[in-house]
Formats: sequence, C-alpha cells, structure tokens
Amino acid sequence: MSDDRSISEFPEGLWTQPAVTTPDLTAEPVQRIRDLASMRYDYTPGLTQTRFLRGLEQKKIIGERAEGSTDVYVSHRGIDPVTGIPTVEQVEVGPHATITAFCVVHIGFGVNAPPTPFVSALFLADGAAVSLYGTVGEIPHDQVRIGMRVEPVWVDDSELTTSMENIKYWRPIDEPDVPAEQLKGHM
Amino acid sequence: MSPSREVAVVSVAQTPQRRAATELSEVEMIQPAIYQALDQIGATIADIGFTVSGSSDYLAGQAFSFVMTLDAVGAWPPIKESHVEMDGAWALYEAWLKIQAGHADTALIYSYSKASPGDLPRVLSRQLDPYYYGPLWPDSIAMAGLQARAMIDAGLITEADMAEIAQRNRDAALSNPFAQIQGSASVDELLSQPMMSDPLRRHDCPPITDGGVAMVIAAGDTARKWSDRPAWIRGIDHRVDSHNFGARDLTRAPSIAIAAEKAGVSAGKVDVAELHAPFTHQELIVRTELGLADDVLVNPSGGSLAANPMMAAGLLRIAEVANRISAGTADRGVAHATSGHLLQQNLVCVLEGE
Repeated sequence: MSDDRSISEFPEGLWTQPAVTTPDLTAEPVQRIRDLASMRYDYTPGLTQTRFLRGLEQKKIIGERAEGSTDVYVSHRGIDPVTGIPTVEQVEVGPHATITAFCVVHIGFGVNAPPTPFVSALFLADGAAVSLYGTVGEIPHDQVRIGMRVEPVWVDDSELTTSMENIKYWRPIDEPDVPAEQLKGHM
Repeated sequence: MSPSREVAVVSVAQTPQRRAATELSEVEMIQPAIYQALDQIGATIADIGFTVSGSSDYLAGQAFSFVMTLDAVGAWPPIKESHVEMDGAWALYEAWLKIQAGHADTALIYSYSKASPGDLPRVLSRQLDPYYYGPLWPDSIAMAGLQARAMIDAGLITEADMAEIAQRNRDAALSNPFAQIQGSASVDELLSQPMMSDPLRRHDCPPITDGGVAMVIAAGDTARKWSDRPAWIRGIDHRVDSHNFGARDLTRAPSIAIAAEKAGVSAGKVDVAELHAPFTHQELIVRTELGLADDVLVNPSGGSLAANPMMAAGLLRIAEVANRISAGTADRGVAHATSGHLLQQNLVCVLEGE
C-alpha cells in the first residue's frame, strides 16, 4: 500500500480561471459563485496501443491480428472484436491506403482544425481490415473520391512523437482508384 | 422478488485484483476473465442469449469506455447487449429479469474498473446530487467518516470493533489468491495508525483496486448441463434509500432490510454471507439489516476491505457465494451489493445448491 496516492489533491496548472470579483455583501446578495471543478486522470493506453503509438514514432503503422485470423486491426485495443481473442501478432500495414469514406467539413472546430472547407476521411491502409481517421490534403475537396489511393504526409522527423498527429494529412498518389466492391466489408 | 423460472450461476471468473493495472487497457484487463467464464463451461458467445456489463466512464475518465470493452466479448454476429452504470450486481439483475421474461435462457455478465487513473475519492463525489452535495466535493472517505461518527456516537460500534472487522476480513483474504490485501496487523497496531478522516483509519477504508469479474447464468436444464452443482438464485431484490443524506438516519440502511425480506433471506439457514461493505463500520449495518445469525460465516473471501474493484465488488460477492455453493462447501448463502455513498443503493441475492 506504500504506492497509494494521497487521498485528495487539487490539480494545479490544469485549469485557468478569470479573476473572481467579490460583490459587496451588504449592498448586493450573492447570486453566483465561481468554483474550480476539475478532475485529473493519468491515462495509460495499454500494451497494444502502446505498440501502435511507438510505431507511429518511427513513421510505421503497426496493426495486430489474432491467431488464425486474416484480419489486421489498426489501431487496435488488443482483442479481435469479432472473436474476442487477443491479438498476438504485430503486422506493419500501409503506408499506402485507400479512402473508404469521406466528409467535406465546412465548420471546423478545435485548435488544430485546418482551414475550411476541408475533407475528413477514413483511410484503409494496405493490409489492414479497418480504416484509420484523418484529413485529406493537396487536392481540392470536390475531387476527393471513395476508392482514391493516398499516402500519409508525416511531420518533420524532429517533431515525431507517440501520436496520431504525426500524420499531418493524407495526399493522393498516382494509382488507379480501387473499385468500391473491393472495399466491401471495410467501409 | 421470487423467480418464476429457475436461474443459476454456473460459471464465474475474476481478474487478479490489483492496486493498479497500469500496463493494461480496460479491455486487455477484463478479456481473460470473460474468456475463462465461458471457456470453463465449454461455451462460446454463440451460446449466450444476453450480455450485460457494469462499469463507469467516470472511473476511466474516458467517454464510452464500456463500448470498447465489448471487443472482449466477440460481438459478431450481432449480440443482444446492454450496460448499466452500476455495480455488476445490477447487471446481473437485468440479465435475471431478461431470463424471467423469457427473452433469453442464458446470460453473460461482466463488470470491471480501472480506478487507478483518477483520484478515486474525488471522482466518487460526482455521484452526489449536483445542487447541494456535489458542489462541496466531499470525497467518499469524508462521507463515510460522517457515517462512522454517527454510529460511534449512537453507541453501536467502537474504533476497536472496526479494527477487528478490518483484521478479520484481511486475514480471511489470505486464502483468496485474487485479493489485493492479504493478512492484517494486530488490532492494537491498526489502532495506533493515524486517522485518515476521523474516525476512519486506513484499515477502515477499502483499497483502491483495478480489476473485474465475469459470470454466466442459465435457466433450468442448461444450468444443469453446464454445472454439476449450479448455484440457484432463489431470490434477488434491490432497493434504494434517499440520496439526501441529511434526511437519513446514517446508522441504518432500511433498503437492505426490505431487499432481504423480498429476496427471502430468512426463509432458511444461511451458511455463508458475502457483504459488500466497503468501510468497516458498514459491515455491521449490512449484517444487522440482513438479520444474519451470529454463526453465519461472513466474507470468507476478505470482502471489499481486501479488494474493492469499483463496479465489480458487488458482483464479486455473488460470485464468491456461488463458488462456495458450487464447490459444495455451502448449501445456502446470501450476497449483498451496494452502490453509491453510505450504502444508498442495495441489492440482496439468495443462492442455494440442490
């Protein structure tokens, strides 16, 4: 029990608050107070997601497959979701991929959102059974198609971390589109 | 409520109960227990009519974390599935109702949590009502301290009684290979420790635990096929006391007495009882409200003072009683599960061999 955390600790540095003004209690009743409300979590991704994130640090997309299965899952959580059996074999997939679905975004949100309109899409990396999420770049949004072949554009080597944000976006490559029938079961 | 269909616990499996399963994701942690619960009766998910889990996203700090752990079930072709943001004992109740209603003959129940990522006593304060108690952020230890103080003031228990309860549970856990805390210091040594939240010392509080449990239940002949000695659910009932703690007598939990009556606890001799009393003083409340005789073996597993995986510790109590019945070391047993602060919500389950 020596590694027990202390019972309650106000997290510091997670939250900033505007300055609080204190109304004159005799002149004006208190109608509202401002109070800190936050909880801090130390998240760990687990064994298999750790392998995936370590792969991204080396510009590799690592999937996993269960014994006796042909389906490579990426990004995976350690269990084949069809059979419930642990994935034990690591398989590098991609980097080339096929767009299986996309959406033209006109209202961006979040600090890292690209200028609108942009295209968010699902990318089926070669060799993978399921698609990864990302954005499409270097092509006008009205020319993006299901079946289009793409490759990831990575951040500079000096900026690589254990993050999906290592892939800035995906761009088209000069290969013929994959017919939609071949994407059946992966959409 | 008494059953119209005979339903029994036929298989249980649990993960090791640990302070922190840091290296594992939730699905990596619970999958071995789910697999084992099915595998040890030669079943697969295809043999299961209904699947239900109990967990809380607040503990993981991750929205929809329970959907991710469905990976461990193998949900293809599509399965009938549900989830409760409650201890797994309530997931069992839902599964039992499904079978009573004739919508399934078999069910898989699992529940788990990783409480280690967050500051658990503070996270638990988020269960409180959002207007009066919640904004004060009273942590779960402070809340339990109020209840223990009320019991001491009422002359119902002493700090030494509480230390004895801790010692008995922790020593009982010496025979439980899954328990997190095994063995206890002497009562005198426990009482020499500093207060955590007066009048509670560390031994009065449950450990913070990562872990889970999985269970298979089945009706009638399917239960007999899967188990040589099924643990039949003779009664199961759950009740709730007010969430307004200021309006309650904290030394009592009338909802337990009602659930015990409806589940038929007093209809026969009780060989073993597993009580979900996370704090030492709560064990006295639970056994008093259940009306247990003095000779009943209480918490041979060590109870939730030896391992307290949130969302799973209640279902674990039912699993421990079922194990003893199936092993033939008990004929009739009572399991209790609680949820919320200060024994607010309670479930009582009576299990019996034949």
